[in-house]
Amino acid sequence: MDVTHALAAGMGGIRTAGDLVARMQMSRGMRLTEAKRYVADRLGCTERDLADSYAMEQIRGEKGLGRILDHSNLHPGEPNAMMAKFRIAETLGITIPSVEKFRELAGI
Amino acid sequence: METKIATRMGDGSLTEMTRGELRSDIEDATQLAAGKAKVDPLTQDEQDHVLDIYASAACFTAVDIGDQVVLSCDGGGSKMTGTDILDLLESEQRLGQDILELWHIEYSYKAIKTILPHQQQMMQNAQQMLTAPIQYGAQPNLAFYSRPDGPCENWFELLPRGEIAAAREAIVEAMDYATKDFIFVGEGMLDAGADGMDFDTTGGAGDGDFFSTLRAVRHLREKYPTAGIEVGMAGEFVIGVHGELEWDGRRLAGLWPQGQLEVCQDAGVTLFGPAVNINTGKSCAWNTAYSLTVIKPCMDVACIPVHPNVGEGVCGVPVNGYPPEDAASRAAKAHVEILRCDGL
Repeated sequence: MDVTHALAAGMGGIRTAGDLVARMQMSRGMRLTEAKRYVADRLGCTERDLADSYAMEQIRGEKGLGRILDHSNLHPGEPNAMMAKFRIAETLGITIPSVEKFRELAGI
Repeated sequence: METKIATRMGDGSLTEMTRGELRSDIEDATQLAAGKAKVDPLTQDEQDHVLDIYASAACFTAVDIGDQVVLSCDGGGSKMTGTDILDLLESEQRLGQDILELWHIEYSYKAIKTILPHQQQMMQNAQQMLTAPIQYGAQPNLAFYSRPDGPCENWFELLPRGEIAAAREAIVEAMDYATKDFIFVGEGMLDAGADGMDFDTTGGAGDGDFFSTLRAVRHLREKYPTAGIEVGMAGEFVIGVHGELEWDGRRLAGLWPQGQLEVCQDAGVTLFGPAVNINTGKSCAWNTAYSLTVIKPCMDVACIPVHPNVGEGVCGVPVNGYPPEDAASRAAKAHVEILRCDGL
C-alpha cells in the first residue's frame, strides 16, 4: 500500500524535493501550495520541478542536499544524510533538530 | 445494456458494477454523509469526477504530473517490523517517502514510556543515517489506563451498569496519567532529535482519548515551537464516552472532521489527519464519496496541512491486509483531486 500511495500521489521524498516540502509543512505548518512555492523559491526552480526526479537529481547534486544512492548512482565525496541536512537547514532557512543535536554533541 | 466494470467492495473483494450503479452509489453516499455530518453534499462536478475515477477499467491510477502531495505515515513505510533503521532506510531510499516515522511494535505511549531510552538511541542513530524528516509515532490508547491493563477503574464496565459518575471520574483519572505519558515520551523523542511527533489513531477510546492528546499537544507546542506535531484521528466523529469534555468551551463528543481540525489547530497541531471508517458492505466508490463529503469542509478552514488518512480501512481504502492497488490508488487520486489536500 505504501508503494501504491508513493506512485499514485507522493512527491517522491529525497528522489525529488518531497522531503524539503515536508519539512516546511512540519516546521512551519505551511499548507502545500505555500510550502511548494517557498521551496521552489529557495532552490531557484519551478514548483513542477519539485516532484520531478530528473530535475531534482541535478538540483540536489548541485546544492549538496543528498541523493538516492544505488549501484549506478554513487556519489562519494558528496554530502548525504547528516551532512546533507546541514545544507538543507541553511538552504531552507530552518532549524533541523538533529543538526543542532549533532552540532552540540560533536562540539562544533 | 450497460457494460459491467470491475470494481471493489469495502472489504477489498472484487465485484462488477455498471457506470449507472456506481453513479447511484456515489449519490447515495454523499447524501447520507451530508445528512449525518450536517454538511453540503459533493457538487455534481465533484460527483462526476469521482465517477470517472471509479468507472475506469485501469488497474492503477494516479494524480496529474505536478499535483503530487506530501506523504506522511502512521507506523513505518515499508513495515519491516522490528527492523527500525532498515525500515526507515528502505522507506527513504526505495519508497521515496516524504516523512518517515520511527515506531515500535508496542505502538502505545504507555508502553513506549518504559523503553524510551532505547527509542531515543534509535532516533539519534537514524537521524545520522537519513536525510528525510523522521517523526516518532505511537497511539494514545487511553483504554490501556483502565483495569486490568492500568490503574483506573474500567469505565467500559461501569457504563453498562449505569454508574455514569464513577465512569467519568475514572476517565478523568486516566486522562491525567495519559497526558503525562504523552508529554514524557514527546519531550524525550524531540530532545533526541526527532523532527516531529505523531499521535496516531487519536480518539480511538473516545473524547477522553482526544482531550488527553490535545492537552499534551499544547504543552509540546509551547516547549518546541518548530516541532512537527501530527494528530491522526481514529474515526469520522469523536465518540462521547465521557460525553461532557470540552476543549476551550467546545464539546469534543460528536465532532466531525472540521470540528476536529479546529480544536487541533487551536492546540498547536501542525499536520491533521482525518480518518473516515470504511463500510465493508458498500463499494469503494460509495466509501470514497462518503469520505470526501465529510472531510471537504476542513479544507476551507484549514490553516495547517491536512493529510487524509488513506491507510487500510479508512477513507476509501478497503479493510484488507493487502489493500488492492486499484482501490488504494483510486482513493488517493480522489482525495487529492477533489479536496486539494496537502498530503496523505
